[in-house]
Amino acid sequence: MTVLSVDAPAIHVQGVTKSYKKVQALRGVDFAVATGSIFALLGSNGAGKTTVVRILSTLLHLDAGTASVNGFDVATQAADVRGCISLTGQFAAVDEILSGRENLVLIAHLRHLEDPGAIADALLDRFSLTEAGARRVSTYSGGMRRRLDIAMSLVGNPQVIFLDEPTTGLDPEARIEVWQAVKELAAHGTTVLLTTHYLDEAEQLADRIAILDEGRIIVNGTLAELKQLLPPAKVEYVEKQPTLEDVFLALVGREAKAGTDAEEPR
Amino acid sequence: MNRHFFADTAYLTGRSLRHITRSVDTIITTTIMPIAFMLLFVYVFGGAIKSGSHSYVNYLLPGILLITIASGISYTAFRLFLDLQSGIFERFQSMPIARSSVLWAHVLTSLVANLISLVVVVLVALLIGFRSGAGVLSWLAVVGILIVFTLALTWIAVIPGLTAKSVDGASAFSYPLIFLPLVSSAFVPTSTMPGPVRAFAEYQPVTSIVNTIRDLYTQQPVGTDIWIALAWCVAILVVAYTFAMVIYRGKIS
Repeated sequence: MTVLSVDAPAIHVQGVTKSYKKVQALRGVDFAVATGSIFALLGSNGAGKTTVVRILSTLLHLDAGTASVNGFDVATQAADVRGCISLTGQFAAVDEILSGRENLVLIAHLRHLEDPGAIADALLDRFSLTEAGARRVSTYSGGMRRRLDIAMSLVGNPQVIFLDEPTTGLDPEARIEVWQAVKELAAHGTTVLLTTHYLDEAEQLADRIAILDEGRIIVNGTLAELKQLLPPAKVEYVEKQPTLEDVFLALVGREAKAGTDAEEPR
Repeated sequence: MNRHFFADTAYLTGRSLRHITRSVDTIITTTIMPIAFMLLFVYVFGGAIKSGSHSYVNYLLPGILLITIASGISYTAFRLFLDLQSGIFERFQSMPIARSSVLWAHVLTSLVANLISLVVVVLVALLIGFRSGAGVLSWLAVVGILIVFTLALTWIAVIPGLTAKSVDGASAFSYPLIFLPLVSSAFVPTSTMPGPVRAFAEYQPVTSIVNTIRDLYTQQPVGTDIWIALAWCVAILVVAYTFAMVIYRGKIS
């Protein structure tokens, strides 16, 4: 396993273990995430990805080891950690009865920011939700909910964002929308820790990828480094067939466009 | 205590109150059953019940008010459960807010929603002939007892709200609470009941609360019942609050 030395990692996890009753979810996890980078934690269901995210976002106590975010220890300085992070969990954590705008204003108030209304309007615009902003979230499509969910995580510009399986259950278009949002985050200097079980998602987005398996990190490196772990690729010439995704996106004719009004409410 | 506790609690209470104003049906459904009970007992059974009071509505109302609260708090458990299920609870917990505000907001919302339901039920009671000559102080005492009773039951409701595995589980706990007034002095005088039932009826919390409220608005001296009633409410409140907090701490650690 390679551990890249970074000056001041935004996230630092060392020897973390966690057990639930009889199941040992994490058996000594170590990794570091450089500030402003996208780090993907890849693993199958039950590998322990969500447990890592819950520990880092102070929702769960670790059994042993240390974990810090922006230099704050998650066990002893939890309130400071919460001040600089944002969590986007596996399911869009939005208030269905409120409108999209009200959801954003709510979060801005709870973060004690000035002018919550202006913050909400700016984020609605950035995530192409301005027109839907006044509607109740219960009328939104899955992709719109996820965009709102991510927008809510950006209120107050947290330095570190955790995205736990952000595209699970989304259709291909919505997935690409989320990917673009994540790339933009990193471009703004936000550190992103992303969990996923989609290999192509990690490949598309991440600066570094760690593979978590049965509570241990079995490999950690850049995509290029991970590819070198296998014998060099044999050169073969294969006719490039369009993938079904290419066909789908070409036919519906909207690649990664934030279709707001045309979407069917869920 | 976190310096933002009051601001966060106020804002989160505003949020869940908006849930109520946008689904007024929850207020209507919580008041339908107590109102139906009231109409049933007054117009169907009332003629055969010798309550020793001129007007059976006057006799009946305190018990109906307690049933209203017992049915209202099941929505508190329901709303809390939905917050946990939707993940918004975890979102709040991972934010730099006073963590206990999340629960307090639900408790205060429950109080407001129940007070609205109680007003609706009292208005219906006035329509069908409820009258009282009680003064402002007596009414304040009635409201005070109802508030303490609501808080006690609300903290009980927080427990299934935090622990339930399904929506049905979150709200089903309130059924026994709704039926407790039936075996008390709420509908008929306990002196008509056979021995063991009578013993249960006389020593369960509802009877002392019902008697106190009835004495207050019929301008009778309340005697020791008011202290027994308050002792019951405070005891339930403290026990339920302690249990709820232990479960809550377990959830957020």
